[in-house]
Amino acid sequence: MRLLIKDGRVLDPGSDIDGVMDVLVENGVITGVGTVLPATNARVLDARGKVVCPGLIDMHVHLREPGQEAKETIATGTRAAAKGGFTAVAAMPNTSPVADNRAVIEAVRWKAAADGVVRVYPVGAMTKGSQGGELSEIGDLRAAGAVALSDDGKPVISAEVMRRVLEYSGMFDLPCICHCEDVTLSNDGLMHEGLHSTILGLKGIPRAAEEIMVARDIILAEMIGARVHIAHVSTAGSVQLVREAKRRGVAVTAEVTPHHFTLTDQAVYGYNTSTKVNPPLRSEADRAALWEGLADGTIDVIATDHAPHTLEEKDMEYAYAPFGMVGLETALTLVITELVGRGVLTLRKALEKLTVSPARILGLPEPKIEVGATADLTVINPEAFVTVNPLEFLSKGRNTPFSGYRGRGEAWATIVGGRIVVEQGHLVSLGSE
Amino acid sequence: MGLKGKDLLGLRETSADEIELILKTAEPMKEIIGREIKKVPTLRGRTVINLFYENSTRTRTSFELAGKYMGADTVSLNVATSSVQKGESLRDTGKTIEVMGADVIIIRHSAAGAPHFLAKCVKARVINAGDGFHEHPTQALLDLFTINEKKGRIGGLVVAILGDILHSRVARSNIWGLTKLGAEVRVVGPSTLMAPDIASLGVKVFHRVEDAVAGADVINVLRLQLERQQKGLFPTIREYARLFGLNPARVKLAKPDVLVLHPGPMNRGVEISPEVADSLHSVINEQVTNGVAVRMALLYLLMGGGSGDEVAH
Repeated sequence: MRLLIKDGRVLDPGSDIDGVMDVLVENGVITGVGTVLPATNARVLDARGKVVCPGLIDMHVHLREPGQEAKETIATGTRAAAKGGFTAVAAMPNTSPVADNRAVIEAVRWKAAADGVVRVYPVGAMTKGSQGGELSEIGDLRAAGAVALSDDGKPVISAEVMRRVLEYSGMFDLPCICHCEDVTLSNDGLMHEGLHSTILGLKGIPRAAEEIMVARDIILAEMIGARVHIAHVSTAGSVQLVREAKRRGVAVTAEVTPHHFTLTDQAVYGYNTSTKVNPPLRSEADRAALWEGLADGTIDVIATDHAPHTLEEKDMEYAYAPFGMVGLETALTLVITELVGRGVLTLRKALEKLTVSPARILGLPEPKIEVGATADLTVINPEAFVTVNPLEFLSKGRNTPFSGYRGRGEAWATIVGGRIVVEQGHLVSLGSE
Repeated sequence: MGLKGKDLLGLRETSADEIELILKTAEPMKEIIGREIKKVPTLRGRTVINLFYENSTRTRTSFELAGKYMGADTVSLNVATSSVQKGESLRDTGKTIEVMGADVIIIRHSAAGAPHFLAKCVKARVINAGDGFHEHPTQALLDLFTINEKKGRIGGLVVAILGDILHSRVARSNIWGLTKLGAEVRVVGPSTLMAPDIASLGVKVFHRVEDAVAGADVINVLRLQLERQQKGLFPTIREYARLFGLNPARVKLAKPDVLVLHPGPMNRGVEISPEVADSLHSVINEQVTNGVAVRMALLYLLMGGGSGDEVAH
């Protein structure tokens, strides 16, 4: 099958390409990039006014399968990803059972091949059961297809264990994605500690709970010569720690979520449990620091930490609701509106943090638009007016604080391996190849 | 004029005018409590439900009596033996109570914001009887009523709130009410029990009781939750009592006619010495009576009543 994406602004953050061009795709591979390519026998996508870029990658997603299928499945989570413009996601291992062994990693891959509509890269657990005690079979996880290690949601408390994880994983060149939280300090906290937690009467989580562990993991990485990736950075202090470590030459990378660069702890007023997330929404000063970190390159990646929960789990008292919010179907709009629209990042820089950077960290094939490359492509309508309506989500999760949010920009088409998964903003029905 | 909202969830959302209306309406209500026949028919046929997820004797009894004196039918749900123990959600419990005909639901809950959640789930009026560390608006209203009754005003007074500010919903509601009515508010307690950034609410923060009570018109002593010690927030009850307990020597630093308040129940010898609790400065027992009056006024106003004078006459 031939597919011609015509007259779009082709923007490839991995190269210098930025201009109105056609992209020709045959049998899942890009076979032409240039002006006025022949449309003979080709399905034509008219991309005038759109941006054609390498497929977006979300390196921090909770697909919940196996074990928590009421929250999300690989089928629904990958559809949500496709609708959000993502052609690949990294699936966090805090499933039930935990992805701390080959069987679960393989199950996720098989299920993704059968039910998924975008690429799914499984992340393995650092420790058995993510209990922070014994190392999981990291070599076997690698062999089974895990692209990274993380005990996301259950941070490794013991510095000794973290040291061994970093040392051991280095043999397999597997990046460690660190959820940095000193749980003895965040202990039972529900939101950012400050004036608003005082007013709302909710126990606060101080910035130091994150920063202490960011510092620890950077120090360990430096000592060992390992590389670490700091997940969902939320505080100004964390940004500064990463910035200084990078200057010293430490192999540290970092990600930020759209909710942390968009919202502050003021969003918690009204006790909407969709604002309950870990790390918590921080202060205005922290948000400003995240913007700076994005702009100066301290923060490499934008990732959603997509964390779906059921309605009934979130429909309760703030203290009892689980942490987490969905993000796959709002991320691109927030990036374009809040970062590109405000001049924090150029579109090219923003796309770099959604494509090339996560691919490099995870050791995935370099996303690019050139002849011979796999045709994982996202076509963005940067001008589209968007009003977020959770009822239209393809994710099972409706737990978003952005219901009713108005912004600009959305995925117009998502193409995975040459196959159109989303067209004109809508999921293409299955079996339409 | 009446109250603007359907519910009373906190004094942060309540205007100074509304607070003054409640206080004014409570005056004739207090007269009713002093009568031999303590019952008026004003709320006859109305149903008031107490939904208490936390233990409470005085607040629950106070609301129950307030409803009964106003002629309403009152029921207190014993949460320990109800379906809550079987895992029923607050939404379902609230809806169940509502469809039985509740006009007002009074909720106490250990989770901050639970009354706000309930208020969104039901059409019945919701009164917050204390939620986590967030607010306890009727306690603050009865404190304000008591201060106003004794001092004739709130504006311009110096009020020191003493104790565990961090975990105190009473402190928060008092801060909102007092600052809205123009009082100078000081908070004092150990630094480990001070709420983050609380000075931004327009209060002065102290860590020495002597400094905080100097020249004060009112000292409001908070109950110390003794289990906080186990959590490492202060070393011993003994040290707390020595450093932060209100004793006669400290009371002497305040104005000669200083009022001493305590929301109860007291830990005598811990946050307040028996001499102070039983002194002429203490208005602790009157607070309890005033609590019933304020809650009568609130029930009346939430049901659409006017100034309250017609109830007593």
